[in-house]
Amino acid sequence: MIITNMEIIPGKFVKQHLGLVQGSTVRAKHVGRDLMAGLKNIFGGELKGYTELLQESREEAVDRMKQQATAVGANAVLNVRFSTSSVTQGAAELFAYGTAVILE
Amino acid sequence: MSDLIVFVTLLGLGYFFGRIAEKKHYKSIIKREKQYRDILAISSRILPVSSTPMEACLVAGSVVVSVDYFKRFLSGLRALIGGRVIAYESLLDRARREAVLRMKKQARDLNANMVFNIKFETSSISKNARGGIGSVEVLVYGTALSPVK
Repeated sequence: MIITNMEIIPGKFVKQHLGLVQGSTVRAKHVGRDLMAGLKNIFGGELKGYTELLQESREEAVDRMKQQATAVGANAVLNVRFSTSSVTQGAAELFAYGTAVILE
Repeated sequence: MSDLIVFVTLLGLGYFFGRIAEKKHYKSIIKREKQYRDILAISSRILPVSSTPMEACLVAGSVVVSVDYFKRFLSGLRALIGGRVIAYESLLDRARREAVLRMKKQARDLNANMVFNIKFETSSISKNARGGIGSVEVLVYGTALSPVK
C-alpha cells in the first residue's frame, strides 16, 4: 500500500478513483505524563512523552485509513492530509484523510 | 513571603535550565542540519519532469516542546504592552527545525534524496487551561521519493 501526500506518483497511472478514506483517533495523556510535563514546564525543553503519544496516535490514524482503503480495494492512498484538534482539555484528536485509488 | 520565595526560585530555575537547554538544542540542530543538507525538502506539489520511476512514501516528523517558567513570565509581561514575543519565537523556531530534521531522518532511512509537498501543522496543547502547559506541537510531513531499486 502506497501512502503519499502528492497527487501523482512518477511512473504510475491512476486506473480508478475510489473516493475519500479517513482514519481518526482521540487520545488522552495519562496523569504520570502530565506530571512530568508540569515539571518540564519549569525547565523548558521537549516533552518526550507527548511527542511519543502523538506519534503513536498518528500511526493509529494512518492505520485506520489504510484499513478503509483496503476494504474498498485500493492499493494506494494519494493526497493524504493530517489535522490535529484538541477536543477537550487533555485530549487530542488526530485525523488523517486521503483519496483511495487503484494504481496501474 | 513563602510564595515569593517559591516564585523567585522557579524563575531562577527556569532561567538557568531553560537557557542551557536552548543552547544545547540549537547546537545539535545546526550540527544535524549540516548532516542532512543533501536531502532536498521542497514544498512544491509538482514534480520535476523525470522519466525515472520513483518510489513514494509518506514521511513525517513531530515534536512537542515547552517553554520554561522564566520565558512564560516574560511573555506574560509582554502581553501587557504588546509587541514581539521573542521568548516564544525561538520556541517555535526550534520546534519547526527539529521536526523537519526528524522528517529528513526518516527520508534518509528510506534512502530518499528528496522530500516533496511539505506541509506544516502547528497546534497548541491544553491552551488557556489554568496552570496549563505552554507547549506547542509541530507536525511536518511530506512525500519522500527514492529511486526504484
